[in-house]
Amino acid sequence: MSKENNLMGWIDARFPLTKMWEDHLSKYYAPKNFNFWYFFGSLALLVLVLQIVTGIFLTMHYKPDGAMAFASVEYIMRDVDWGWLLRYMHSTGASAFFVVVYLHMFRGLMYGSYQRPRELLWLFGMLIFLALMAEAFMGYLLPWGQMSYWGAQVIISLFGAIPVIGDDITLWIRGDFVISDATLNRFFALHVIAVPLILVMLVVMHVLALHEVGSNNPDGVEIKKNKDENGIPVDGIPFHPYYSVKDIVGVVVFLILFSVVVFFMPEMNGYFLEYANFEPANPFKTPEHIAPVWYFTPFYAILRAVPDKLMGVIGMFSAIIVLFLLPWFDRGKVHSIRYRSNAFKYLLIMFCISFVALGYLGAIPATEGRTWAARLFTLGYFGYFFGLWFISKNENTKPVPERVTS
Amino acid sequence: MKKSLILLAGLLIPAMSWAAGGVIFPDDDISVDWNDKQSMQRGAALFTNYCLSCHSAGYSRYNRVGADLGISDELMKENLIFTTDKYGEQTKVGSLMKTTMTVEYAEAAFGTAPPDLSLVARSRGTHWLYNYLRGFYVDETRPMGVNNGVFPAVGMPHVMADMEGLKTAKREMQDDGHGGKHEVIVGFEKISEGSMTTAEYDQAVKDLVAFLDYLAEPYKQTRQNVGTGVLIFLFFFLILTYLLKKEYWKDIH
Repeated sequence: MSKENNLMGWIDARFPLTKMWEDHLSKYYAPKNFNFWYFFGSLALLVLVLQIVTGIFLTMHYKPDGAMAFASVEYIMRDVDWGWLLRYMHSTGASAFFVVVYLHMFRGLMYGSYQRPRELLWLFGMLIFLALMAEAFMGYLLPWGQMSYWGAQVIISLFGAIPVIGDDITLWIRGDFVISDATLNRFFALHVIAVPLILVMLVVMHVLALHEVGSNNPDGVEIKKNKDENGIPVDGIPFHPYYSVKDIVGVVVFLILFSVVVFFMPEMNGYFLEYANFEPANPFKTPEHIAPVWYFTPFYAILRAVPDKLMGVIGMFSAIIVLFLLPWFDRGKVHSIRYRSNAFKYLLIMFCISFVALGYLGAIPATEGRTWAARLFTLGYFGYFFGLWFISKNENTKPVPERVTS
Repeated sequence: MKKSLILLAGLLIPAMSWAAGGVIFPDDDISVDWNDKQSMQRGAALFTNYCLSCHSAGYSRYNRVGADLGISDELMKENLIFTTDKYGEQTKVGSLMKTTMTVEYAEAAFGTAPPDLSLVARSRGTHWLYNYLRGFYVDETRPMGVNNGVFPAVGMPHVMADMEGLKTAKREMQDDGHGGKHEVIVGFEKISEGSMTTAEYDQAVKDLVAFLDYLAEPYKQTRQNVGTGVLIFLFFFLILTYLLKKEYWKDIH
């Protein structure tokens, strides 16, 4: 036995290192027919790591103080070596996180990755999405610019719509009657410690749940149904090295697109860094147009589409809740869009158009015509879930193959 | 709680009313050439002479500006630093570019403290700045005797009037497309000459805006240069990783 084997043997007798490596990488069998849409899970993990690492270094220079926060960000941008790179990577990373996660979720919708037996996997994923929204929202307050301040003001005031206890809840969240130093301090604590901890734990549970049930694939067939004499799925290949080397290609393509934004258009025309946020927070001056960052705008458009404030808030939260319940809205047995009915395809197209249109409408000032359009697309958004429940009971599906197709 | 919100709302209304304005005059385009360091140097001189008395550029340091624009510390001290520190000595070249005017004095003099200008080119944009600085006209109803075609009811006086001279606004009634008619500014008429011609003044404003654009993001050129290198590396790395993937996957069918 070589020395390395002895060392590994010593560790393995005390900690399941080799076992974990095999269970999750070298002997985790993933379907061999993953396509483009299967890059986004590993990319989400990459962005999480990028955000944590850049965040740690930003924390070394940032001051969570109402009087110093804005200046400390500019100090990072100007006086800290490579500070501008850290900050732009972090701000671009926030948007990249949502791009990647939205595409990852869309993959789940297309191929029925939330269906039995992956309901819990989907629920963990939705909790990650929820934690991510909280993380992004609280992080956006930290630069202490005008849009940080007023965006937080608008969103927190939504809780005031809750009957009876609404005002007390907003007061409890802010720690003050208006957004203030107290709010900034607690958001900083939550943004750098509490929510990242929850996020990382949820990601671990998401991956554990995935490796327990096994990955879905573009054909939506269970590869575990066809095993060879050694108990290895015939359509499965070890995640490492096959998907580790494949995902690295995806990582490099992602980094190219990411770098184009970071180095050449960090503001992304005001969508990733809003222009009004280059002015320090001023409680006495409202920006002429308060818009949340793009990844919240679909839900913000739903909020604005409903005339009553409380009903609007309920509508906005319902838009998230129906996503949680998706595994139970879909009563179908066929997973993949490849073998599902035309009705399913039309519904999914309607959902995508509605989501993108709501995102656009939520980013621009509301007019009467736009509000009616937002109402129409809100119906389209919710219509997907109820339509799915309706059509999936007796769906006119195509025959599903026994094995994955190449 | 309710009272403070009403107070807040009351304070917001004037801020929103001027912000909602649509038509601005003048409305000319400008493009900033980041390689023209001489233009930025002239802009820096204008900035320290005309702007820095009231406005700060409080996130920026004199010697950083000097290093980026090719102005030596000595030249900077002799020609561009006019403020003093708390001991009454000339501000150090490594200091932040802060005005010595106090907020209390500024509020008494102008009604509101002049904003920090470090980032104004990023929040307002160069187009807005170029037109704003050329948009002052005589308006005796305003406390400073001037108004602005880009920023109506602005609190700032026409600081560069000695260079530009003074002008009055020519107005016209225009249809706003919603059935109403509004008076809008369609041109200016010079009523007194300054030390510069109109073309010279436009160039001076261009220099100043170029400097402000630099001031808002001093590392912009570094960012783009590093980015080019990163992208070149990533393209080559992409080829390698793709070939590696192909090699591993050649027996998967």
